[in-house]
This record gives sequence, C-alpha cells and structure tokens, in this order.
Amino acid sequence: MAAPSLAASTLAERIVARAAGRDRVRPGEIVTARVDLAMIHDSGGPRRVKPMLEELGVGVWDPDRVVVVSDHYVPAVDAQSAAILKLTRDWVKGQAIRHFYDQMGICHVVLAERGHLRPGRFVVGGDSHSPTGGAWGAFMFGVGATDMAGVLATGETWLRVPETILLHWSGQLADGVCAKDMMLHLCARLGMDGGRYQVVQYAGPAIAALSMTERMTLSNMAAELGAQTGLIAPDAVTAAGIEAAGGDAGDWADWQDDGTAACAERHSFDAGSLAPQVAAPHSPANAGPVDAAEPAAIDQCYIGACTGAKLQDLHAAARVLKGRQVAAGTRLLVAPASTRITAAAAADGTLAALTAAGAILLPSGCGACAGYGAGVLAEDETCMASTARNFRGRMGATTSRVWLGSPYTVAATAVQGRIADPRPFLAERP
Amino acid sequence: MAAPSVNPGAILAPIRGRAWLVGDDVDTDVLAPGAYMRGPVEELARHCLEAVRPDFAAGVAEGDIVVAGRNFGMGSSREQAAQALRILGVGAVLAPSFGGIFYRNAFNLGLPVLVCDHGGRIADGDRLVVEPMAGRVADETAGIALDSDAVPDHLAAIVASGGLIPYLKQRFARQS
Repeated sequence: MAAPSLAASTLAERIVARAAGRDRVRPGEIVTARVDLAMIHDSGGPRRVKPMLEELGVGVWDPDRVVVVSDHYVPAVDAQSAAILKLTRDWVKGQAIRHFYDQMGICHVVLAERGHLRPGRFVVGGDSHSPTGGAWGAFMFGVGATDMAGVLATGETWLRVPETILLHWSGQLADGVCAKDMMLHLCARLGMDGGRYQVVQYAGPAIAALSMTERMTLSNMAAELGAQTGLIAPDAVTAAGIEAAGGDAGDWADWQDDGTAACAERHSFDAGSLAPQVAAPHSPANAGPVDAAEPAAIDQCYIGACTGAKLQDLHAAARVLKGRQVAAGTRLLVAPASTRITAAAAADGTLAALTAAGAILLPSGCGACAGYGAGVLAEDETCMASTARNFRGRMGATTSRVWLGSPYTVAATAVQGRIADPRPFLAERP
Repeated sequence: MAAPSVNPGAILAPIRGRAWLVGDDVDTDVLAPGAYMRGPVEELARHCLEAVRPDFAAGVAEGDIVVAGRNFGMGSSREQAAQALRILGVGAVLAPSFGGIFYRNAFNLGLPVLVCDHGGRIADGDRLVVEPMAGRVADETAGIALDSDAVPDHLAAIVASGGLIPYLKQRFARQS
C-alpha cells in the first residue's frame, strides 16, 4: 500500500486518495473510501448498531478491523447501564471480534495505547473525539451510530474530501503551559466552527517538540474547532510511540507533508508567548489567559476524560499538588483515562501524590465529563475541569457552570479553591 | 457503503410548519441531554432543547421547523440529537451551518437539514413552507422567500428513502 506521491496534495488528501483507491482527490469531491479500522463504544456502538445490522441481515464486514471499547457506562451504576454493558459483551462474542476492551479506559486513549493506530490509515470512530487518532497521522473522524452501521455492514463510507487548514506553531511552551492551553487558545481565536468540518493540521517546531500524549490532546480537541479531524504528520516520535504500544509503525516515513501543499487557510501562533488558558462557561471558545479570568470560587475540580487524564496530565497535576492540600470547600476528582495509566501512575508515585493532597480516585471512563458517571454537578455548582467541553448542563444540572483548563490549572485551582494560575505553584515548592 | 447516487424519484414533498427559533452553537448535549442517554430515546426526546427552550418538546407539532443560528448540532456524535427531533415530528432544520457529524446523522435518520442563511428574517412562530430538494423557503407569515442550499445530490437518495438503513436495505435487495 504505497502512499500516493503527489507533492501538490495535502496529507489528508493523500490518505483519502489511498482509501478511495484513487491517484489523487481534490477538496469538495464526494468519494467512497475503504475503512482500515472502525472503533465503537458501549454508548453509540452495539446497542445502537445491532438492530440496524439485523434489519440489514448482515454482520460486521471484517471482525479484525473492528475495535470495541466499553467506556461510557462503566462501571454499571443501575440496571440500564448494566444491560448496555452486557449487550456489548454478548454482541462482541457473537460477531467474533477479538479487539474488545471492557472497562479498560476511554476509547481514544485505549486505541492508541494498544497500538491500533498507524499513519496513513483511514479510521472511523463512533465518537466525536475520534480526531484524536489524527495525532498518529491517521485520518480518523467521528460518525453517528447509523453511519457506523453502514461502515460495519459494508466496510466503506462516503466523504466530501476536506480542505486543509494549517495551524503553525512556532516557539517553545513555557513551564506550566501545555497542549490544552494551545487548544483553548485556538478555540477562542478560530471559534467553535473555525474548522468548518475541514481538516486542521498542526505543524511547526512547537508541535514537533510535543510528546504523543500532548499531540493527542491537540487532535482530540480538533472536535471543538468543528473540524473533521486534526492531523499531525508522523515523525520519529510517532514511530517510537507506535512501537512502544506494540504496534507496527510500518510505512510511516511515506506519510509526510512539509506544509507546501495547497492549504485553504494558514494561521500562525507563538507558543512562547502563550499563558495558561481558562475557558469560561458555557463554551471552550470563551477562553482567555488565566490571569485575566474571574477568580470564581470552585466547588469541584475534575481531572478526567480522553482530553485531560492521560499519564502526562496526571504528572502535571501531581507536580502542582505534591506536598499541598485541596482547599476546604473544594473537592478534586481524578479519573485516569485508562487502567494502564492508573497502573503506571500507581507505580511511579503519582497516585500517591494526588491522594495525599486529598484527591478522590474514580474509575477509568468517560464519567462525569459527559454527565454519565460519578461526579456530576448539582444546581448552581461550579467546576473546573481538564475535559474538552463545558456546554450548558453537560456535566450535570442545567444551572451548573464549568470552566476548562489544563491539568496544571485544575490542580492549582483545587489548592486555591478559586480559579488559579498554576505557574507560581510550579515556581515555588512547598 | 458507496457514495449514494442520485435517485431521480427522490423528490421530498414540501414541509409545512411553524418556526421554532434557537440561537448559535446549539450543542448535542442540549438536544440529547446525557442524563437521559441510558434510557429509551422516546423519553430523552421529551427533554430535547430543554435547557434553551423549555417549551419546545411539549409544544412542537408535526412538520414544525427548527430555525437555528450557526453551527447547529455541534459536539457529540450521539445521533439521538437528530433522532429526538424526528420523534417530536420536526420536519426540517434550517441553519447557516451545522456541526459536521450532526449533519450526516440527520440525513441518515431521514431528517432533512438545510444550509440557509436566514439572517434573522424569520420570526418565532412564523408559518413556513420548505422545499428541501429545490432549496426554497417561504415565510408565509412575513410574506418573504428565502434561498437555502438544496439537499446535495449524494444525500438526496438517502433522505428520500427515509434514512441510511432503508437506503442500504434497498441497495442490498437490488444486489441479491
């Protein structure tokens, strides 16, 4: 499967062209693409697609190209969630699907840490944060359950070939500033529809300097820019990350893009001058520098979700919290994004630092981010979260208010009891 | 599935109903609140748009038309957002732009959504006639006509079949 070698095509166009069996494709064309991998979870997956596939009288087109993750209703809290999880298990068995991760973490994180993603691949996910896979150089995007049923039945889907919007980051992030801050800044600058359901591609020295974990945060929140996916061209960091996850980096070097291809838009940003960002209720686009944010009193701090509870996120929070205490009147909930991350954080002392500060540990899953699991908010409560979305009512009561920040900022806020800049906490050790 | 080809017989009848106005960036959590996602979608539908229009679910009638601001349906991939509107009888949604996943979901579930830059010219409760295939919107109350993008060719066959699953069923039947 050689990559189409056309200098005038963007990375996205080259991946779509391969999947569509074409030499080249152009933005705006409607094409049919073969799907290399499909990922579904317990909420939008088996319980929704099973009756549709039965209606069509077919099973999944290729069980080895399907990954199923139970992460939304985990662990079961009532008869309904228990039934959804059981249906998921039974369906996976009936379809002879080998790649099933039952309560092992959030799908986007699990897919990466189990080595399922490869550069140049065309991947469909049954969840809106599926652009996360773009960090690995895969064209991965989210669809609803009916679209997914079509993929599972036929192994194909249609798409309108997207334009590419290049987001170039120069400079170097300061200590205490991370990928989450870059994304909140982008949401403020470009808006929640700035991505126009096209592809955003992150490039530049500040991107090259990021770990895979941080790159995943960028691609994950391409969803908040309204983009179809958020690509990062693979490099040696990508290849090493895939090998470390037990995957096959294969032809990664073929899937390059030096940014000279015709992009629809280019935007430039300076990482060096970026301050920690906070997004006020009820939109990630309501973001600005933390020192300009209203120092609102916060009832709950939440470190969780596919966006903000990976191992490096927990390390960031622990740097702030080590030797300090969560403020009286504030609670800190931590839901590591996967069971592997929990194990790693237990082994390296991170969990001990968090719990000694007063953090409450929650199961690995989507949890309170989407208002599903433990940790939802009461009427008029305030929350500072490391998640991706602070839409009205998403984390609980309609009158609750959620601010978004990096894991550093959430941790500093937990210590202060009010929205706080993490940088002074990192500068001086207690 | 292959890119659907145009079905020449796919002519959707005009949709007649009252306008329900909502603002910019209406997200899928507002359309399909997470607290009801575990249960039956019929129950969830009773809470559709509750956070921004508490009168909507109880008051909306068959054929009524949601007239929204920019980026309608942004956020989650949960297609219950579009399904709830269908269950409540919504005939179409007009907005200057849509969340990309919601846009696909709506057609997959047989709900026509039209890109229409209505620019605030439609008032809440106005009587509308929407012709999805022609891309025409008439506000009979205000006595004005507006343009919208017509349903794209590749989605016309899907929505005329009643959604992606009926569409695929017909395609599979033709192949066998």
